[in-house]
Amino acid sequence: MIANILLVIGGLFYMLGGLGVFRMPDTFNRIQAGTKATTLGAFSILLGVGVSEPSWLLKVVFIIILIALTNPIGSSSLAKAAYQKNKLPELTQDDLKELYRGDKND
Amino acid sequence: MKYLATFLVLFASYVLLAGFEVTELAVGAVIAVILTILITKHVEYKIDYLLPYKLVVFLVVYLPVFIYQLILANIDVARRVLSPKIPLNSGFVKIKTDLDGEFGKLTLANSITLTPGTLTVDVDNDELYIHCIDVKGKSEEENRKNISSLFERVLRVVFK
Repeated sequence: MIANILLVIGGLFYMLGGLGVFRMPDTFNRIQAGTKATTLGAFSILLGVGVSEPSWLLKVVFIIILIALTNPIGSSSLAKAAYQKNKLPELTQDDLKELYRGDKND
Repeated sequence: MKYLATFLVLFASYVLLAGFEVTELAVGAVIAVILTILITKHVEYKIDYLLPYKLVVFLVVYLPVFIYQLILANIDVARRVLSPKIPLNSGFVKIKTDLDGEFGKLTLANSITLTPGTLTVDVDNDELYIHCIDVKGKSEEENRKNISSLFERVLRVVFK
């Protein structure tokens, strides 16, 4: 029962993440929606699997730790690459400029 | 000591994922030895021998805050995605951090990425560059208070 609920919640968040990637207007907001929703979605689905199959629980927790460590790093490098390569969307504030456009003394 | 610690971590991860059998143990040991040699040769890192103790503190203090924030972040994303006209006011802001130590900064950056409306793009010494869906604060201090102060407080307990 709990396992099924967790699986459904996970699927729901994955769907929201996909919808977010589809609906958000620019790269960075898409990355944001994608990262957050898929992280919790993955946690939830994995936990659901672990609960329904208790002998896998330890494995599942290990995978969750790996995802929690690597997922944000991945999205962060994506954002970094996107900032350096692409034309920027409309922004209200841009502090990153000084780091990449050479205004900052190294 | 460094070799032994690296080996143990790799071996434990392998056995955890592959299962507890004689053949798996043997293969895991061989692979862990090879990886240990490669990693210690090519990657520079230090092992902190207080880590097991820190890890316990970390789990007790940090995890509840983190999970709560992650759920908040997802509700936030859901709200934005499902609203007919997406409210946007995005920008990049700079935030200073007091945490020293690579692992502390990594954890802070990851936590910021997984909290509502923020995404760490880059770290430069003690400055974090963050993309916000909705820039609220007017000054650097204000942004800092909104975005990172909670996690900095929590992480300072762990990495002091």
